[in-house]
Amino acid sequence: MTKTAEFELVAPEELLLSELVELVVVPGAEGDFGVLPGHSPLISTLRTGVITVYEKNEVKKRLFVSGGFVEVTPERCTVLADEAVSIETADRRDVENRVRASQEVFDAAREDEKDDAAEALRISKALLAVLDTAGQA
Amino acid sequence: MPNLKDLRVRIDSVKSTQKITSAMKMVAAAKLRRAQEQAEAARPFSERMDRMLSSLYDGLPAGTSGPELLAGKGKDDIHLIVVMTSDRGLCGGFNSSIVRGALKIINRLLDDGKEVKILCIGRKGRDILRRDFRSLILDTFEDVGRKALSFVDATMVSDRILRMFANGEFDVCTMIYNRFQSAMTQIVTPQQLIPFQASPKTHSNAAEDLDSSEVEAAGAGKAVYDFEPDEQAILEDLLPRNLSIQLFRALLENAASEQGARMTAMDNATRNAGEMIDDLTVTYNRTRQAFITKELIEIISGAEAL
Repeated sequence: MTKTAEFELVAPEELLLSELVELVVVPGAEGDFGVLPGHSPLISTLRTGVITVYEKNEVKKRLFVSGGFVEVTPERCTVLADEAVSIETADRRDVENRVRASQEVFDAAREDEKDDAAEALRISKALLAVLDTAGQA
Repeated sequence: MPNLKDLRVRIDSVKSTQKITSAMKMVAAAKLRRAQEQAEAARPFSERMDRMLSSLYDGLPAGTSGPELLAGKGKDDIHLIVVMTSDRGLCGGFNSSIVRGALKIINRLLDDGKEVKILCIGRKGRDILRRDFRSLILDTFEDVGRKALSFVDATMVSDRILRMFANGEFDVCTMIYNRFQSAMTQIVTPQQLIPFQASPKTHSNAAEDLDSSEVEAAGAGKAVYDFEPDEQAILEDLLPRNLSIQLFRALLENAASEQGARMTAMDNATRNAGEMIDDLTVTYNRTRQAFITKELIEIISGAEAL
């Protein structure tokens, strides 16, 4: 039997995923890295990107994260995501609406709110881009 | 002798009040269940966050004290008090007990000659505090989580607090909220947010959760964590996030407490209304009988006189 590690994906509002996995690839702040069972202990920040869960060398799940943290121990990998969206179940139209809404907020934002609005816009656009590439693949 | 019609009107009005309070009780019970579920769903994140934070403490090189959010500014002259109350009343002693707790802290700080600033979450707390400390209240967040509490609400508040901290507008930040114990009991809890103190409770719980083998593994693992980027950078990222999480958790607890308090208060009100109706009905019946008796006496004595 292949070795597995416990993988957990937690968003502030709920525990999204908790399962045994063989390999998971995480978008770390300094580059993507794969976590196999027995990985050396590591704490890292995440950048906006995609978490990919593999099983038997095939992609099993893909999840978009806007950012967060990851803690890795030999038997466990815990992702604390600011926001996580499953790419399989995401609705493209919802995401398009979100991009439009955040664009409007950005355009209307005052000077001191610009940064936050720009960040929200960047994240929604990144999600849309991820959905598009997933659709082609 | 009381007027029969007045009594009837009173009984009707108490009955309709009772209908309202019992409906409110039912609504509060449903909302309480939802709030409790939400609070439970949010728990894993803060637990993992605690675990990660304690690994980071241990990972900090000796001699460094970490960012200001953790170490503080080395003084405590200006205090920011975040008072969490509800937007709506009719929930028993919920709001007044929070405000009482807040007043105690504020007065003590003022007596010590500290400067105090107040940030209100919820209209009710602001309304009461405004009487004595109008000049100290900086701002009020209203309608937080009116529909459903989301993490964005907490982020909004924490962003504001962080901005103020960065501008040096306060040194120490404490929040006061009601911790949810059960529908009957809520505990007013002050919690210091900045500089951040890991609550001893969560730490001992975390230790209990792990069985001994895991503790050993964790203990062995802790020493050799790799950090990417370095500890300082992660801490600087993690601490603001932790502030949002703490606020979010407190908001959720508060929301559950509010519904619990309202449910209990409305339950009492419904029962009181029931007692009142019984009393009034007895009085009503007695008066009615007295009238009948009186009329009978009049008729009989009239007949006898003939």
